[in-house]
This record gives sequence, structure tokens and C-alpha cells, in this order.
Amino acid sequence: MSRPFVFQIAHTDNVATALAEVKKGEIVGMRGDSDLRELIATTDIPKGHKIAIRTIAKEEPILKYGVVIGKATEVINKGSWVHLHCMCSIYDERSSHLDVHTGAPCDIDYE
Amino acid sequence: MEELTWKGYARKDGRKGIRNRLLVIYTVECANFVAKQIAQRAQHIDVECVGFSGCTDNEYAVRMLISLIRHPNVGGVLCVGLGCEYVQPERLAKVAREAGKEADWFFIQEVGGTEASITKGILSVQNMLEVMQNVPRVDMRFKDLIIGAECGGSDYTSGLAGNVVVGRLYDDLVQAGGTAIFEEIVEAIGLVELLTNRAATKKAKEELQITYDKALEYCKSVRQYSVSPGNFAGGLSTIEEKSMGAVIKSGSEPIQGVLKVSEVPRREGLWLLDSTPDPYWMQFGITNPNDNEGLMALLSTGCHLLFLITGRGNVVGSAVSPVIKITGNSDTYAHMEEDMDFDAGRVLNGLCTQSELCEDLKKMVIDVASGKMTKSEKLGHKEYFIPYKYQQKGVIKRCDIE
Repeated sequence: MSRPFVFQIAHTDNVATALAEVKKGEIVGMRGDSDLRELIATTDIPKGHKIAIRTIAKEEPILKYGVVIGKATEVINKGSWVHLHCMCSIYDERSSHLDVHTGAPCDIDYE
Repeated sequence: MEELTWKGYARKDGRKGIRNRLLVIYTVECANFVAKQIAQRAQHIDVECVGFSGCTDNEYAVRMLISLIRHPNVGGVLCVGLGCEYVQPERLAKVAREAGKEADWFFIQEVGGTEASITKGILSVQNMLEVMQNVPRVDMRFKDLIIGAECGGSDYTSGLAGNVVVGRLYDDLVQAGGTAIFEEIVEAIGLVELLTNRAATKKAKEELQITYDKALEYCKSVRQYSVSPGNFAGGLSTIEEKSMGAVIKSGSEPIQGVLKVSEVPRREGLWLLDSTPDPYWMQFGITNPNDNEGLMALLSTGCHLLFLITGRGNVVGSAVSPVIKITGNSDTYAHMEEDMDFDAGRVLNGLCTQSELCEDLKKMVIDVASGKMTKSEKLGHKEYFIPYKYQQKGVIKRCDIE
């Protein structure tokens, strides 16, 4: 039995990082500094991407490393994928205009 | 906390070293071969060669050489010049003597060629090594250490495990009363408030702001930013997140201020080292052309011990101070176990907790400080790199220069 694991860096974080690809509905094991032992994934999460370990309100800070790495642009459900579609940088506007899967910029017309 | 002690080397300026190295220093590329032969043929683990290739002197490079001469891990120097260069071996030897170190120097042109110079150099090195055996030994503790950290060849594990364990160890070291130094301000873009909010003093806050602004300007001028579409595709969502993966190696303690290259920390605690070229001459010299250049900048501040954190693996060591190579990637560790010292990937594989991992690293630090050789020391790695660069002493605003 091999279930995917996610890694939480700081105890206060509200996201963890997937160490392998996670499929919607899978139970993932928690590693690192976490109160939780496992979590149900409510969406697919690519390897190296973040999962919400609790429900995060719109405008709430996203915490990783125990520090703010951005803010939620919508309500993010516990167990779901956290990336450009639901969070943004506080400093850098451009990263909100990148393709959520490829990271490619979508804000310049190639004419 | 248990008070583990070991015997260090007592230097005349009050600093303590964990090694007793003898540096053969060449002052121009023309003297490189002779200096390397002396170091090699001396056949002693503590004899190593460093030098500066340029004939025309450069204040940054001269200050770097002087900082290595004064380094607590160094007990003696032999300066080898050709005889017509700008950099003066006699003056470097004088600096060494004033610091209470063994010192000798000569010009190859005066001695009369390759073999005569090598023979003279080996004799001089042997005499100095004998005297260096009498350097007084003194008790050292974890809190006496100055440790520097640098990352290179990063992968996704660096920001999750490798840099994270270093940050935790830095917190332990600083809380114990020791000194920790981190660099790579150009990789901290987006984190200005986080950094300035960690400033220990008003002056430190100013220094951090000025240094951050300079780094941002530098990134603009050389069009080198630290985040790309590939990073986002890999799961990083913001520049803050990407930058934190690097900055986490500084831990969470207050920052005492900014050091320029070859500046010794003014007190214990956590310091940011700025190795970015200063404005006005910004295009003159690249901030970190390779990992060893970054390690040299850390050495110049007096670091007893260096951490090199890598995801992909590396083989280098360094002159002057031992390097502990850490990887967060257990596959890399297994693939390059001959070279990698510490496998931080165990925490990602669920084999230990983050606290246990940090304790293991601390044990390794104390072992190496007590004299145990790192993998790169065993293999004979003694890399060094001293470039031409422009940096003034002290943290200076651009408008103060122009």
C-alpha cells in the first residue's frame, strides 16, 4: 500500500507540499511538523504543488515556512489544490496572469 | 544544553580556529604553478594553495587575501610573487606577522626560477609547520562557532528539507550565542518587509533596506531574476514563496545587520552577507559566478565551517574551512555518497522528524569542528576563487557615492 505524502514545514502553516502526485479522493499522509496525520484530497494536486490543510478564507494569508507567501483570492477548501487560480502574490502582480498549469505568461499578445 | 567542548587553536587576536592551515598564496597568475607545486609537494593535509590571478591589484581581492590570512583557521602563510606584479607579497606577509601568524615570502625572479623557488618554498613551509605545532590549544564550544551557508544546484527538496534544516540549526546556534551568516540577497526578492521586520536594530533595518534596494537594482541591470515560468509549473505560486525557499536557511532569529565581503561580524548573532557588486561599478564582476566564489565570500567573514546545500549534488570543498555538503534529495545522496556529507531527505521520506534531523546535523557540526574530516577534506578538495569585483567597505547608499 503506497499512499501519497505531503510535507508541512512549519507548525503554523496552512498549506503543505505534495511529495508525489495526488488524485482527488485519495487519503494523503502528513509529514513534517503537523498536528494532522492524514487528510483527504478534494482535488487532484500535482507533485511539488500545495494542498490546503484547513479551509482558508478569501483574502486570508497563505502561510508556508511560517511566513506569508501570498493571499487567497477565493475561499480555498481544506484538501484542495492551492496555486495561481486561488491565491496571488502580495508584491508581484504579474504572477496572477500566468497559466495555472504551465506557468506561462498570458498577459502579452503575440501578434 | 550539554556543554560539549573540543580543543581549538588560540590565535593572537583572541579568535579561535578549528583547523591550523598553512596557506601558500600566489599574488599573480605567473606564480600560480610554483605555489601549487609547493603546496602539493609539501604533502601535508593543512597546506593549501590560494591566490589572485590578476597582475593589476583590486581592493576587493586584496581585502579578500588579507581576510584569509587573518582567518582563525589559518596559522601561517607563504606568499609567492613573480616579482613585477602590483599585488605585494611582502606586505601580505607583514599582515600575517602582525596577526601573530607564521609568515614568509619571496619573488620567483629573485630566487631564480621554478625549481629553486619550489625547493625554497617547501623548506619554508616545513619550518613554519613545525612552529605551528606549538599554537596553544583552547577549549571551544558550539557557541564559539561562526557558520556560513550557501545553496547551489537547488531542486525542489532544497526549499523543503536542505535549507530548512540549516535554518533550524542556525536558530539553535544563534540562541546558544553563536554566529550564523547567510547570503544570496538577490534570491530574496519579494521579501523586503520580511527581512526588515527581522532587523535587530534600527541600523540593521536601514542596512537591510539599502542592501535589498541595491540587489533589486542589480537584478534589473543584469536582467537576472530568480523566478521563471518553470518555477510556477513546478508548484511555486509566488515570488515570495520561491524566495522563502532560499531565505529559510537563515532561520527565524533577528538579523544583526549586513556584512560586506571581508568584514568580520561586529557581534554574535545572525548576519546577512552582501556579496553583490556595489553601484557605479555594478557591471564589474558578477555577484556569484560559481558556488566556490560564494563560499570564499563567507570565508572572508571568518566562518569556521561552511554549509553547501544542494539538491542535484556537488563535489567541491574549500580552502581554509571544512565544507559540509547537505542535500534534501535522498536519491542524490545515494548516488553521490562519496561526496555528500548529510542526507536531509530522510525527513521527507518520513524516517525522522525535523527536530531529529537538526540534532543530527548539529552532531555532525561538532564532530567536524573537533577535527573529523568532511567528505571533501578526505578527497583533497581545496577549491578557491577570488575574482575582480568592486565593493566599498560598509553599507553605502547609492546617493552617497554619486
